[in-house]
Amino acid sequence: MDWRRFSFIGFIIVFLFTVVVLIGGSRVSPTIIISSMLTTTIAVATPLTLGALSGVFCERAGVVNIGIEGMMLAAAFFGWLTAIYMNTVFKFDPNLSLWTGVLAAILTGGLFALLHAWLSITFKVDQIIGGTVINILAVGITGFLNRQMFFGEGSIFGGNVPHAPGLLPSLSKWLAPLCGGPEGCLGLPGLIQGTFLDQKPVALAAIALVLVSHYVLFNTRWGLRTRAVGEHPKAADTVGINVYRIRYVNVIIGGMLAGLGGAYFTIESVPSFEPLMTNGRGFISLAAMIFGNWTPFGAWAAALVFGASQALQINLQFFRDAIPPQWAFLQHAYIVGLAPYVLTMLILTGIIGKTIPPAADGQPYEK
Amino acid sequence: MQNADEKQPQPGWQQAVRAGLNAALVPFLAIVTAVIVGGVIIALVGGNPFAAYLGLAQGAFGSARAWSETFVWATPYIFAGLAVALAFKGGLFNIGAEGQLAFGAVATAWVGYALPEVLGIEIPGILHLPLAIGAGILAGALWAAIPGALKAYAGGHEVINTIMMNYIALNITSYLLNGPMKDKNPLNVIARTPEIAEGARLPVIFDGLRVHWGFPLALLVALGVWYLLWKTTLGFEIRTVGANPDAARYAGINFRRILIVTMALSGLLAGMAGAVEVTGLNYRHELGFSIGYGFDAIAIALLGKTHPFGVVLASILFAGMRNGATRMQFLTQIPVDIISVIQSLILLFVAADAIIRYLYRIKAKEERLVLTRGWRG
Repeated sequence: MDWRRFSFIGFIIVFLFTVVVLIGGSRVSPTIIISSMLTTTIAVATPLTLGALSGVFCERAGVVNIGIEGMMLAAAFFGWLTAIYMNTVFKFDPNLSLWTGVLAAILTGGLFALLHAWLSITFKVDQIIGGTVINILAVGITGFLNRQMFFGEGSIFGGNVPHAPGLLPSLSKWLAPLCGGPEGCLGLPGLIQGTFLDQKPVALAAIALVLVSHYVLFNTRWGLRTRAVGEHPKAADTVGINVYRIRYVNVIIGGMLAGLGGAYFTIESVPSFEPLMTNGRGFISLAAMIFGNWTPFGAWAAALVFGASQALQINLQFFRDAIPPQWAFLQHAYIVGLAPYVLTMLILTGIIGKTIPPAADGQPYEK
Repeated sequence: MQNADEKQPQPGWQQAVRAGLNAALVPFLAIVTAVIVGGVIIALVGGNPFAAYLGLAQGAFGSARAWSETFVWATPYIFAGLAVALAFKGGLFNIGAEGQLAFGAVATAWVGYALPEVLGIEIPGILHLPLAIGAGILAGALWAAIPGALKAYAGGHEVINTIMMNYIALNITSYLLNGPMKDKNPLNVIARTPEIAEGARLPVIFDGLRVHWGFPLALLVALGVWYLLWKTTLGFEIRTVGANPDAARYAGINFRRILIVTMALSGLLAGMAGAVEVTGLNYRHELGFSIGYGFDAIAIALLGKTHPFGVVLASILFAGMRNGATRMQFLTQIPVDIISVIQSLILLFVAADAIIRYLYRIKAKEERLVLTRGWRG
């Protein structure tokens, strides 16, 4: 990540925030808008951040993973299913059910990643095809089970649209007992309160995992070996590193990160599952990873840009009738919704500098 | 062994048949294995796999009507499958058939219902139908040429770009079908265009059955793609760029031009899928009708080993499964979505043919298909 990239990212985020402030400023105070934009940006960037970190681990070890989308979708479904089961069948406390759901989501991501690792490392299947198989498999399995278990005649939940037992609570709720109420906790200014204390556990975990991933990749022996395997597996093999093992473990770590990202959808964001609900987030994460030049901090910054463009869409909904007539196109959610996708394509053209993938990225290793 | 005719300049027909059977062996066993695994899944969720598959087969091929419906399903699959297969031949992975198809359908529908009004004249049928289909394939080709050009000149990888363009196409068509192009009929509440003019419709082949002339057209186009790939210079250049880009560059092939042309041709075929659905079947474009075609097309192209004739067979199989699934669900209450699971298993076993070779102890005789290569490819 060079200064050009970071300043580009800063520019885009400031620009998107300015648009919302200019439009909504006449209705609500700018501080409230900025606070709301920041909160939404960080929240919706969560699956993108985790997906991009997932990609960083896989590709630093030399395995292209375009199956992140499918891993997230499957994790979202099985995490949600587990939370419901724990709550309704095993009568767990709602919060405990949700946490079991998060765990199940992480494991689901790991299992799908194991399949990807098996295909691409052991069977040396074309890795992009392998990832596509994962994506299609996830759509098929979640669609089938969703209908079979919940909507068919005589199915387990008898046609009632089920909901997860609530959502994970935000940090301010956790801290409430410590500072006597969710408001004005620790005497922090409103902006920080909104930005960080109103975030929920998966979002906060994503930020922490950015730091952890950076440390692991660049300051530990494991990270050094991972990068060696991704750049020059032959050389790594010669000095006694087990290339297959390093690749397997990193792909599974990546899958678990994507799985946690999947938990965001059904356990942290909304309490229900819809087929295809990940809606391309896994693919956008890959673009964030590429734009971030395969580094955790770069990927996070890029994920925040996509988060901000989505936050723009969400926040503009509140100010629809405040949009001036010459900007009428901003009234259409479908048009504003184009922003993250167009931004992704723009970024991939390399106008803001070329990025360099790990040298052995996407190549199966033959002993 | 789709390259058999290159290695042996004048293969006898027996050799050609043997090569074809050889190439079909792994896909066939992949289908068998996926069906067995699918049966286990059905049994696990409490269904009877035999009753389910019987219902599936009846629904797909049990009567003239069933065949007709299977061919109706197969028509867009063949076009979209050919689109993905052609791109694979040129070393490109087009995940964007879905968006190209939707754009083609929108363009065709517009020419079909709005052009006569805009021009203020009655367009004769002999002109209107080709114009409508032409608009659809042009829209598809242009939509696909964008990621082609981005790859050729800016190095943006087509996998991400075509996926992004799927979402962009979905957003734009949603906007159009909910707004400017929405059917203004007061009874209409869904996002769809008005019906296209009579003159812009593809006729049905038999009275009383829905199968239309789009199906023979699809077979003809498959033949055309085969001819293009193996009997023309352009086809040779596409295959060379796909098989070995460096060699193609040294041989003086205009690498960038071929990239863009391959993507445009691929999008043209996907756009034709949309155009034929509108002119032959729905007589309008409706939001959501195309969801999933793009990904099915990838599975079809891989199952057909990226060969046009393989694509036709794979399309009819997938179409039969989609078509028969409704009857299966009616008879056995197994959700139609099981078909998606079986199809993804087929794709899994075709992609990882090592699993099939290991299970059935087949020695590797054929070369591996080179399909994509990492982010730099």
